[in-house]
Amino acid sequence: MTTKLLGALAAVALLAACGSGTEQSSAATGGGAETTATGPRPGSQEDLVANIGDRVFFDTDRVTIRADQRTVLDRQAGWLQRFPQVQIAVEGHADERGTREYNLALGQRRANSARDVLVAGGVAPARIDTISYGKDRPAALGSNEQAWSQNRRAVTVVR
Amino acid sequence: MTMPAFGFTRRRVFAGAGGLVVASLLPDFALGQQAASTQTTVIDVTRARTDPVPIAVPDMAGASPDAQRVGRDIARVIQANLRNSGLFRPVDRQAFIQTPETAAANPRFQDWRVIGAHALTTGRVEESGGRLRVEFRLWDVLADSQLQGTAFTAPAAQWRRIAHLISDVIYERLLGEKGYFDTQLVYVAESGPRDRRTRRMALMDQDGENHRFLTDGSFQALTPRFHPTARQVAFMSYFRNQPRVYLFNLDSGQQQVLGSFGGMTFSPRFAPDGRSVILSASRGGDANIFVVDIASRRERQLTSGGSLDVSPCYSPDGTQIVFNSDRGGDQQLYVMSADGGGARRISFGNGRYATPVWSPRGDLIAFTRMAGGQFAIGVMRPDGSGERILSEGWSMEGPTFAPNGRVLAFYRETAARDSRGGGYSSRLAQIDIAGFNERQIVTPTDASDPAWSPLLS
Repeated sequence: MTTKLLGALAAVALLAACGSGTEQSSAATGGGAETTATGPRPGSQEDLVANIGDRVFFDTDRVTIRADQRTVLDRQAGWLQRFPQVQIAVEGHADERGTREYNLALGQRRANSARDVLVAGGVAPARIDTISYGKDRPAALGSNEQAWSQNRRAVTVVR
Repeated sequence: MTMPAFGFTRRRVFAGAGGLVVASLLPDFALGQQAASTQTTVIDVTRARTDPVPIAVPDMAGASPDAQRVGRDIARVIQANLRNSGLFRPVDRQAFIQTPETAAANPRFQDWRVIGAHALTTGRVEESGGRLRVEFRLWDVLADSQLQGTAFTAPAAQWRRIAHLISDVIYERLLGEKGYFDTQLVYVAESGPRDRRTRRMALMDQDGENHRFLTDGSFQALTPRFHPTARQVAFMSYFRNQPRVYLFNLDSGQQQVLGSFGGMTFSPRFAPDGRSVILSASRGGDANIFVVDIASRRERQLTSGGSLDVSPCYSPDGTQIVFNSDRGGDQQLYVMSADGGGARRISFGNGRYATPVWSPRGDLIAFTRMAGGQFAIGVMRPDGSGERILSEGWSMEGPTFAPNGRVLAFYRETAARDSRGGGYSSRLAQIDIAGFNERQIVTPTDASDPAWSPLLS
């Protein structure tokens, strides 16, 4: 019950961070792996979201990891090394200002870009699956640049 | 019949000089009789917004109340088909002088001429033992003559098929090109909030009737495309969260994954002979084009390299492939030979180009263009020349040709007004390739990715 509630709160905090730009969630990292009895279960998706950051954002029609996003993936790599049993999928997404088939390829390439950084950070490739949803699973539902910037993303999901 | 680029041969109602001259090929209506002296058989489609053919479609006669009801229903379907094409103008039924019963026996042409009809259809329906026999005649009202007489027999449940077949006969007889009414559309029916959308494959007649869902929504279905002859669709499925191209049997509902690619496969289309499927496959971060032979499941790679090569589509003769690639820096259209060689860029206008589809006539490629914050549907010749934009708006994509190459279906979206996605919609539309008569195709829910079937018979 408590965990669930905290999970919900963490999600709210993340959305706020997305809305205002980049990686403010790092401010909440503080205690690192030292989670308390009331915090998210270590190694869980909630833990990743609350303490590390589960996603990176991309520029329009770009697939390279932005300099301001790279630290999120570096932290993810470190976190994954602390929880070696965790298997993940990196989900690539695009905004709605493209065609469906091309955006499926674009999302796949974004997922792959994020995956490559995790592998370079020491995560075994066998632990990482990638999948693309193209433009078909937006995180933000508006039709404006603010929403689009949140939807051009690669999200790390614990499996 | 060979079709000149950008032109249609079109048989024409010859107003004023004795009626429907079916055998003579004339240019568009607006040119009037002067055109008769010029020999050209070409209509410039940019000027094809000509007067539609005025046609009277009275209810078909029938001996019993049941037969009369069917006769009425068939006539209404025919009338709607003809009107929706934009190339016919059905005469108002209120103006009819002669009754369907007497017209079916012996049309009084004068009665139809005075209300402005150039063509008339009549028919008679007999129903017995669950079967229909529909006798149909097409008349040239201005020449006092019969153009066509055909009888159809079918199970009573197939009455719509008969109506569509008759519509195609009328279209072909009066316009000189094949119709497209006895066809279906497969598409993606969308429901639920956009971040948790349910996407089901659905099938319907081209006029939206006989709608049914093909998948149950437990997995996401995208980009269905018809087999050229068999009752089969290729589509992309997220079954078990593994995005792969599947073949779907329309009669049995059976599905099977196509190929044994390690990663995502998508953007499938059948080859014109139906023996193979061309698709994109991602291995790592790239996307390359492959052909998969359906019988042997043998895969052949046609493009390579780090670029995103998607949306391949064969020319109708199977010798060339048009596709979408970012190999030059951004999304553009390329044509290569069917073995993968000699790719050359064909799109050079302003903006990014995507979703190319080759017309069944071979003379045009339809595409999506993104420029200046707007999306557009357009056509160009296979060498990239003669680009024309048909429709433009906030978002539209995914054109698909009707089997006669005269009409395109696509989907059109509206922008969300608020941060919860309110105001967003996604709907199917169709438009004449001359750029007129854009209409919404009504579906029960939001819709995307339409694909037009070949003629069903």
